[in-house]
Amino acid sequence: MPPSVARTSAREGSPFTGIGPVFVKEFSDHLSSARMMVLMLFVIAFGAFPVATSLQTLRQVVDPNSYLFLRIFTLEPEQVGISFTAALNFIIPLMAIGLGFDAVNSEFNRRTLSRVLSQPIYRDALLLGKFLAGLATLAVALVALWLIVLGAGILMLGLPPREVEVARGIGFLVVAIAYGGVWLAVSLLFSVIFRSTATSALCALGLWLFFFILWPQLASAIFTALAPSEIRSIDDYVSAQSFGLALMRLSPGTLFTEAVLGLLNPETRTLGPMLPFQMRGAIPGAPLPLGQSLLLIWPQITGLIAGMIVVFAAAYVIFQREEVRA
Amino acid sequence: MASSDNVIEAPVIQARGLLKLYGATRAVDAIDLSVKRGEIFGLLGPNGAGKTTTILMMLGLTETSGGSVDVLGFNPVRQPLEVKRRVGYLPDAVGFYDHLTARENLTYTARLLDIPRREAGGRIMEALERVQLTDVADKRVGTFSRGMKQRLGIAEIVMKRAEVAILDEPTSGLDPHATYELLEMIRGLKKADVAVLLSSHLLDRVQSVCDRVALFNKGKIALMGTVVELANQVLGAGHPILVEASGTDVAGALRGIDGVQQVVADGPNGQEGGAWRVVADRDVRAEVARRVVSAGGSLTRLAELQPSLEEVYTRYFQEARHAA
Repeated sequence: MPPSVARTSAREGSPFTGIGPVFVKEFSDHLSSARMMVLMLFVIAFGAFPVATSLQTLRQVVDPNSYLFLRIFTLEPEQVGISFTAALNFIIPLMAIGLGFDAVNSEFNRRTLSRVLSQPIYRDALLLGKFLAGLATLAVALVALWLIVLGAGILMLGLPPREVEVARGIGFLVVAIAYGGVWLAVSLLFSVIFRSTATSALCALGLWLFFFILWPQLASAIFTALAPSEIRSIDDYVSAQSFGLALMRLSPGTLFTEAVLGLLNPETRTLGPMLPFQMRGAIPGAPLPLGQSLLLIWPQITGLIAGMIVVFAAAYVIFQREEVRA
Repeated sequence: MASSDNVIEAPVIQARGLLKLYGATRAVDAIDLSVKRGEIFGLLGPNGAGKTTTILMMLGLTETSGGSVDVLGFNPVRQPLEVKRRVGYLPDAVGFYDHLTARENLTYTARLLDIPRREAGGRIMEALERVQLTDVADKRVGTFSRGMKQRLGIAEIVMKRAEVAILDEPTSGLDPHATYELLEMIRGLKKADVAVLLSSHLLDRVQSVCDRVALFNKGKIALMGTVVELANQVLGAGHPILVEASGTDVAGALRGIDGVQQVVADGPNGQEGGAWRVVADRDVRAEVARRVVSAGGSLTRLAELQPSLEEVYTRYFQEARHAA
């Protein structure tokens, strides 16, 4: 292709020129938009129910767990059938898609793209500015939600959280934001690929539903089809199990669930099959220190961040090659 | 022409053999073009002739496939930021953020341009004043008409203090009054010593503002020069005049005049009609009047015809089609 000839000549000036104004504008647009209000209402409606019922249960039942505050997040009240973190697993992608599905194509359709790009900025700054603004908006929403839950916990339970609980809670926030970042990058990618905002939203939501509903079944179907028919040794068993887990972990939702499990259930020792030698010398039900929990979920966290970067890079490459003319 | 004194410096836009390929199609086929400071240069041609692609290459918004282009001494491929800092661009059917006001939209541009905040407010008001949008400065752009948005686009260029303004189809879709106002603003840019490059297919409007034009056809520049030069090239040299008379053999009388090359009936009644278009190698109006009157006819109109760009355009593409 001839265009690559011109591409080889280095361009001058920082690719991040102008990223500040783009970020500030997009961030304030997000915070003041009606869409953001709807998403927040959605989050509160979905989050408040599990949290309120968890708090009710925790007040009435003596919980043997020493990490009482973390139980607010993970307790699965019988009346609701879904914990706060499970609700977030479901809602965060929806928020991220809501923030990003029309990021680039709406500029195109409003015919603002060529005008903005004729100002002294590179496309890099525009795309990265939009992504960071979306991520910041997501972070603001999640931090607010987290503080509300913590505040409600203090009020209802009548005792302050311990330091280690706050530290684990903050770790949970970071994981949640990274999880949102993956879906934000996905929706940004679709907004670059499709000119129509409706198509882009549909594709992002379709992918979300695919991972959320279809993928667990599909993964186990693939696993049954490909796993060895007879398991002769413990090694066979371990390799078969880890193959199944690897399939499941292709879904960002699985990574999020596992990371949250490790952080908010300190007694979690492994995220794979529990082998006898791992139990040697362990006190059942005893919590791990924070450092060990972090070590356990480190692959999940890096996986989420790497996924976010890979998808963003794909969006970036496609955006660079796109024609700006309408 | 008033501006001819300051048209001595180096050109602000210089394209040499500029080429753009889309697969095997030559969207822009090795064009040479130069625009001088303080002139209004028109890119004319049918849709799809390569005008917008040429403009986008000058701004570094699309890559070139060959040749070179130089804008204010910068190469848009390698130094797009420098070019875009100095060149104002009004895209075809420009869009603004509908939920922001006119002032907020320009403030965003000012931030992107890194104009200091203290200075930005004044420059924005000044620019809005130039395009007569001060009374709607704090109205949301969503409520603006097409013409107002185009004017806001001009205001952006004014605020930017661009040395070169590139306007893509600035008058398309505007009503006659809005078109007139916009062309006045384009003339205003020229007065401020801004070089203006504009593309259009609305010929008679463009003719009134352009110093020079380039006629695009299938990615190539078919003709380039002032409107009069083009007319001479396409319609042939000579002085066209229009004669309306009756009461005698007017056509015969006209043909008898020394220097007349062509007499064509041009009235509402066709061949019988009372009007003729005459082309001569000199100004023969006085002679025509004398002949018609002395032959006992009554002369009702005698006018020099300005060569019209529309005519040049139509004729050129007719010939191009015949040649093909």
